[in-house]
Amino acid sequence: MAAKSATKSVEQGRNLRPFYANHTPEQLKEALRRMWLVRRFEEMAEESYIRGLTHGTMHLSIGQEASAVGICLELTDKDYITSTHRGHGHCIGKGAEVKYMFAEFFGKEEGYCRGRGGSMHIADPATGNLGANGIVGGGLPLATGAALAIKKRGSKDVAVCFFGDGANNEGAFHESLNIAAVWKLPVIYVCENNQYGMSVSTERSTAVKDVATRAAAYNMPGVIVDGNSIADVNEAMTAAMERARNGEGPTLIECKTYRTRGHSRSDRNRYRSKEEIESWKGKDPIPAFEDELMALGILTQADVEGVRAGVEKDIQDGFDFATKGTNPEPSSLLRGVYTTGDAA
Amino acid sequence: MSENVRELSFSGAVQEALAVAMENDPRVFLMGEDIGVYGGAFQVTGDLVHRFGEDRVMDTPISELGGAGVAVGAAVAGARPVYEFQFSDFASLAMEQIVNQAAKMRFMLGGKVSVPVVFRMPCGSGTGAAAQHSQSLEAWFGHVPGLKVVEAATPEDAKGLLLAAIEDPDPVLVFEHKLLYKIKGHVPEGHYTTPIGKALVRRQGKDATVVAAAIMVHKALEAAEVLAGEGIDIEVIDLRTIRPIDTATIIESVKKTTRLACVYEGVKTLGIGAEISALIAESEAFDYLDAPIMRLGGAESPIPYSPILEKAAVPQTDDIVAGLRNLVKGRI
Ligand SMILES: Cc1ncc(C[n+]2csc(CCOP(=O)(O)OP(=O)(O)O)c2C)c(N)n1
Ligand SMILES: [Mg+2]
Repeated sequence: MAAKSATKSVEQGRNLRPFYANHTPEQLKEALRRMWLVRRFEEMAEESYIRGLTHGTMHLSIGQEASAVGICLELTDKDYITSTHRGHGHCIGKGAEVKYMFAEFFGKEEGYCRGRGGSMHIADPATGNLGANGIVGGGLPLATGAALAIKKRGSKDVAVCFFGDGANNEGAFHESLNIAAVWKLPVIYVCENNQYGMSVSTERSTAVKDVATRAAAYNMPGVIVDGNSIADVNEAMTAAMERARNGEGPTLIECKTYRTRGHSRSDRNRYRSKEEIESWKGKDPIPAFEDELMALGILTQADVEGVRAGVEKDIQDGFDFATKGTNPEPSSLLRGVYTTGDAA
Repeated sequence: MSENVRELSFSGAVQEALAVAMENDPRVFLMGEDIGVYGGAFQVTGDLVHRFGEDRVMDTPISELGGAGVAVGAAVAGARPVYEFQFSDFASLAMEQIVNQAAKMRFMLGGKVSVPVVFRMPCGSGTGAAAQHSQSLEAWFGHVPGLKVVEAATPEDAKGLLLAAIEDPDPVLVFEHKLLYKIKGHVPEGHYTTPIGKALVRRQGKDATVVAAAIMVHKALEAAEVLAGEGIDIEVIDLRTIRPIDTATIIESVKKTTRLACVYEGVKTLGIGAEISALIAESEAFDYLDAPIMRLGGAESPIPYSPILEKAAVPQTDDIVAGLRNLVKGRI
């Protein structure tokens, strides 16, 4: 759903910031819809887990929806993303349908990974999503490689790599950024800095205050944005896209944000205070976006309620679809290990 | 004899070993991701950070190559680090330091240094954590001269083997099957070690020998119980050390039972069972065999997320029962 020319965009005469000026009301409404879809998908996934419909673990991005959607707003299905263990937002942002995501959670053949991957590997290659990742930092070289392939085929597409603050201490981060800069690859590194890698704060794990500072070591721009403001995120993304498409190489965008849920199902939040969590709940990116849209007269209260109602229906329909899904046959276990000899 | 009835969970036994080691030896310290105030992803280190402080229970950044490698360097320089991989799968990020450095340093330097580092390796499937968090990679490390590899089946051995590993002058990888963390069993108090390189016959039998480790020992014992009802008498060997393998115990058992089954969760091909089969084929026990050797191993696939497929990917008790029944009755 890349931003199109401003023919129908929100009034040009007004002094609107680029995010609002350069997108149509329909595009902005769709962005809001996707943010709600992420939120409600995760709340429902959490409930399914509690009800025993899902096993394993899951990592919720509640409170971080603005970065996922604000970045993906500029992408088409031909652009790639690599995602993380906290990847439901990236997946929906890139255009996945929740019914196939629920099906994946319930381990069904209808799921995006035919029930083989689960939450931590959710992917939709058809929309350019190369997948969530169980390995912290695992997507960094992959996105860089996708950008290399784009460059080799000479198209104007880009690759986006989502990763967490924790991942910036893996060797894969440093090696990838260096390669991308030396080869001027069309890749955008998006660090969702929610201030903790599991229980360890960035102050305790990372030698620099801002991950963006590290961009300097690899001779690329390092941009810090309010990760809870979709407008801030998107404007930084637009600039990075332009740079990538002009052959100028990679950009590192650091989105400062916070996860209001625990790291995963087993988190007891012993490393942070209730006050800290509560204060960030007050900076929820979704109502903030809604308020802005309404204050600018782009959407009415009725529009916003319509978006929420539509999302509610999608979630319920998706959930129902998934519960009726097909369980994999044990005899199909070896399917997908190799390409050759695989029954499509 | 109140000491004899004291029970601990497997994870509690591991934690107690770490505490005993740190109490007895000021050189011992722990490194790993989220092992401090979080208590470890599986709550193994628990509140050790409160007892021993952050200098000895060190949360590392998410940097496995660096973290594990720093542990190796500290060991060479006289410390006794115990590095926890949050999941043993992530040791793949640190292979360089484990395989190229830790394993070979003593040898390459003409025996002039030793590398007393311990890596704790939570492993195995059954938790729905899918392909990158469920592997059983013991055989990978067992392939490397210079490394030792142990894997306990009981809380008692979990403590004893870990203490032996920490006191060992060479690098030891201590695998811990995640599904065993909650099992309970008798654990002696205080300091003791379980010798590295010694298997244990957990059940005496005369019809067939099952060699297994960790969770597969429990499944094999369950299978043996079922088969006992059919008049089939199974001997179960708990391997306990993957490298160096206790060949003598296995050979002696096979000479007695004349049949061998290897049961392991790691991928069947080129796995632990291949080694055990070969060592029997090469030994005097070969002449005693009354049936071909049987291997029951993990499927030739990554571990899937779907619970149905996940179960199908590793040997279950029913598979072991059926396999052994066939081994003993099918072909004579
Ligand atoms: C290589 C590797 N190390 C450790 C883990 C365990 N783990 C999963 S998520 C996580 C925290 C990641 O932190 P961050 O990158 O900041 O992402 P966030 O969870 O905050 O979104 C850890 C330690 C892993 N999955 N992979
Ligand atoms: Mg983080």
